[in-house]
Amino acid sequence: MVKEQIKEGIWTQEVNVRDFVLRNMRPYHGTADFLVGPSAKTQKLWELCKQAMLEERENNGVRAVDTETISTVSAFGAGYIDRENEVIVGLQTDELLKRTMKPFGGFQVVQKALQEQGLAPDDKLTELFSKHIKTHNDGVFSAYTPEIKKYRSLGILTGLPDNYARGRLIGDYRRVALYGISFLIQSKLKDLEQLEGPMTDAVIRLREEVSDQIQALKEMIVLGKTYGLDLKRPARTAQEAVQWTYMAYLAAVKEQDGAAMSLGNVSSFLDIFIENDIEEGKLTEQEAQELIDQFVMKLRVVRHLRMAAYDEIFAGDPTWVTEVIGGMLNDGRTKVTKTSFRFLNTLNNLGPSPEPNLTVLWSENLPENFKAFCAEVAIASSSLQFENDDLMRDLRGSDDYGIACCVSHQDLGKSIQFFGARTNLAKTLLLALNEGRCEITGETVVEGIPPVEEGYLDFDQVMANYQMASKEIARVYNETMNIIHYMHDKYYYEKAQMALIDTNPSIDIAYGAAGLSIVADSLSAIKYAKVLPVRNQEGLTVDFKIEGDFPKYGNDDDRVDTLAVQAVADFNQELQQLPVYKNARPTLSILTITSNVVYGKKTGATPDGRPKGVPFAPGANPMHGRDAHGAIASLNSVAKIRYQDALDGISNTFSIVPKSLGADKSDRIENLVTILDGYFSRNAQHVNINVLNKETLIDAMEHPEEYPQLTIRVSGYAVNFTKLTREQQQEVITRSFHDSL
Amino acid sequence: MTPCNFFITVRASEQHSNTIIQMPYTNKSKAIKTAPPLLRVHSVESFGTHDGPGIRMVVFLQGCKLKCVYCHNPDTIAMEGGMECTTEQLVAMAVKMKPYFGKKGGVTVSGGEPLLQSKALLPFFKRLKEEGIHTTIDTNGRILNHFTMELLDRYTDLVMLDIKHMTEAGYQQITGMRHKETTFNFAKYREASGKKMWLRYVLIPGLTDAPKLLHALGTYFKEYKTIERMEIQPYHQLGVHKWEALGWEYPLKNARENTKAEIQSAVRILENYFKQVTVN
Repeated sequence: MVKEQIKEGIWTQEVNVRDFVLRNMRPYHGTADFLVGPSAKTQKLWELCKQAMLEERENNGVRAVDTETISTVSAFGAGYIDRENEVIVGLQTDELLKRTMKPFGGFQVVQKALQEQGLAPDDKLTELFSKHIKTHNDGVFSAYTPEIKKYRSLGILTGLPDNYARGRLIGDYRRVALYGISFLIQSKLKDLEQLEGPMTDAVIRLREEVSDQIQALKEMIVLGKTYGLDLKRPARTAQEAVQWTYMAYLAAVKEQDGAAMSLGNVSSFLDIFIENDIEEGKLTEQEAQELIDQFVMKLRVVRHLRMAAYDEIFAGDPTWVTEVIGGMLNDGRTKVTKTSFRFLNTLNNLGPSPEPNLTVLWSENLPENFKAFCAEVAIASSSLQFENDDLMRDLRGSDDYGIACCVSHQDLGKSIQFFGARTNLAKTLLLALNEGRCEITGETVVEGIPPVEEGYLDFDQVMANYQMASKEIARVYNETMNIIHYMHDKYYYEKAQMALIDTNPSIDIAYGAAGLSIVADSLSAIKYAKVLPVRNQEGLTVDFKIEGDFPKYGNDDDRVDTLAVQAVADFNQELQQLPVYKNARPTLSILTITSNVVYGKKTGATPDGRPKGVPFAPGANPMHGRDAHGAIASLNSVAKIRYQDALDGISNTFSIVPKSLGADKSDRIENLVTILDGYFSRNAQHVNINVLNKETLIDAMEHPEEYPQLTIRVSGYAVNFTKLTREQQQEVITRSFHDSL
Repeated sequence: MTPCNFFITVRASEQHSNTIIQMPYTNKSKAIKTAPPLLRVHSVESFGTHDGPGIRMVVFLQGCKLKCVYCHNPDTIAMEGGMECTTEQLVAMAVKMKPYFGKKGGVTVSGGEPLLQSKALLPFFKRLKEEGIHTTIDTNGRILNHFTMELLDRYTDLVMLDIKHMTEAGYQQITGMRHKETTFNFAKYREASGKKMWLRYVLIPGLTDAPKLLHALGTYFKEYKTIERMEIQPYHQLGVHKWEALGWEYPLKNARENTKAEIQSAVRILENYFKQVTVN
């Protein structure tokens, strides 16, 4: 970008987008009054998209699939929705909502997904991948131990990225707009030059990776040419900046189908270009909003080919195009710009939507006008999540970060994450009560767990067994993760995304845990009430008789909340002891997304009184209906889980009916702002906000066609309600609505 | 009653004696320690948005001498039951919630009839004021003893006074008690103290919503300077299941909820007399 008003700095010499943003960003403290509605072009395009999405839903969730082409950065010709109305161009394929094969994660998954649509991959591809080409999935299973396979099949480890792409990497897509690809290639060539001998495994691997990245950058140039764009050079206008950034992101979602393909934090970056153009009289507010609306529209139509089994875990066809909005700089200025407002305004202009996953970085120092606008949009759309910027800046250092997927911090362009789904802590507790045997199959999972004494459960004995079981689970989980990420790097390396990240980034290896509230409540029941296991003939627990009452997580009661805090800290501590692939840093998340339903299905009755098969609470939420003292007490319990112990994030979903939030609109906005200020001041990390009537959801279950855009936030992301399975819909409705009146 | 499960229920042996009260007629150098009074609590709601300004912790106290026909908390009427809580337990809860109170919120005591426990409320409200927390009492205004007066005058930022009915017959029909003027005397007392007050009025079709009654209400209070807000509470049947759970017959079985038009017309009438009329 060659402009007089642009301030130069380190960023002009080396790849450093943060420096550019810091020097040139214009914080905005005003109101939302400047915002405008959608342009005529945008409205026409969105109508076409909505029609296409309707067809998609009517056609079993898939509108079109290509069975012949392996999707790569430069595969497929140009695709348009309606060329003359598109100010931002580019689709994953030559056709709207067409899904594609990305077989390097696992060919069988592709086959299965196609088969579910009555299709099959091209014969030649089938032959190649059956006989000659090894995939990530093949690699993983050639290295998995019998023990790992057992953990997987018994549901102790679930949702592992061993047959699909791991995702969670955020390319710094801004780099393409700011520098142009030629400069980025030069920079990578310099890095390659400096990777000299001795030729250890690590050096050899990195040299190969950087070479692959350069190849991907060249393919991005080809992708641009398909649409008549010269991505070799930097963007010169606001339109180009948005277009270039989108092309970089498009390259990533053409090559990879990771569970979460997040965007980072492009809004305040793009604002610099937009405000410059507006100041020079080259762009109107209507045109600025049009750029953002159409960019967001493109993000809403990103699709991946998934099999039905995948949908069971991550319901609603999510892509997790997470874009963070707002937050503060370490120098005390806010990152809120007019384009932060413009991004949120897409939820007004295009209606509510789960994607992109708009995530507000909340700080007590955010401009009050912005806070109020966020609350207003959250109440109207239920499409926003909020994360604690003050906490994350303090503990992670960076003030230029994105959120991968739902709650995972990533220093943009400087760090990546190895995603690892999650393990089932509630089931671990049952192993502790069943001599290490699975409570459903009776199969021994962990050796050497002593039997618990007959009669009422003894807290100390249960804890000792639980810790033994946890240690073993952590060991096997770690071994599994190392294999997965070794193989993913080898067979399905994210060269396009990694080309937009520093050559040797820091890495978090992200473990996860489900069933926190069940473990806390179960331990509390054992400690404060009397719990008698009921066993079947094989001696496996099938039920628990509870005598007396006990404190339950979600009521701001330290007696039980400390058990939850300790469970997280202990498991994290186990994970920290273990050797990790590429010397990544172990982190832990308390996040289930929608998998809490599947986990519940695979877990027997638990000592907290939860019957077999009943869904877990999502993420770090208290169990449905057990938070009896209202929303604040519930929020306070969750806020106690220490982010230091779960640096990959702690998800909480807060659902409330409008009337309970406040008597009228202005009360609701004010109360929501106050709740967020209060919650985050207690060092909580994340909250989803749903402001919905139960009746609306029940009606939407019966009449999905009338609610095509009904969005609700579940653990860590938003989802289109009508795309959930009936079971998941019911679970969402059962989940505690805070409706005290 | 439901056992207290948000903090440890206090048993006699655990009561701490930490309040020193000067006893009259005794040697000045001698102070004797007594246990602080306990509050009999029905339940605590941590996110109250309809019981005073902003976000509030609402402490529902056990016990009420009225038995209003539309009561939506009939389980708080009985004088027995509930859980005994110390001032410090409740203050600790409030302090933990303080970040959520923002600029307007705070603690509301409701019930039940909170002023039945005026004596025990004194140390509680005193401590809340020391913590800088806004205090509100939601009351039917039938009690005005010297504990109540001290509580109102020194520690209560806002009184929400429930006006049941403008006629004695109506008052008796709703509450089962006589002497509606006790409530009006209470209002007079608050007015004289110059401290803030909201009026609350449950709007029941056919029972309290006649224009004549609304005009009477407005006329009676129009000169009051301490009334910040007149809050209309539309009638709803959300409490009916609680009556059933208690095995009591719900007296207003045939009542219906207000229409939007009825609520609006009540608002229009009352707006002639009060600077702010809201529908809660």
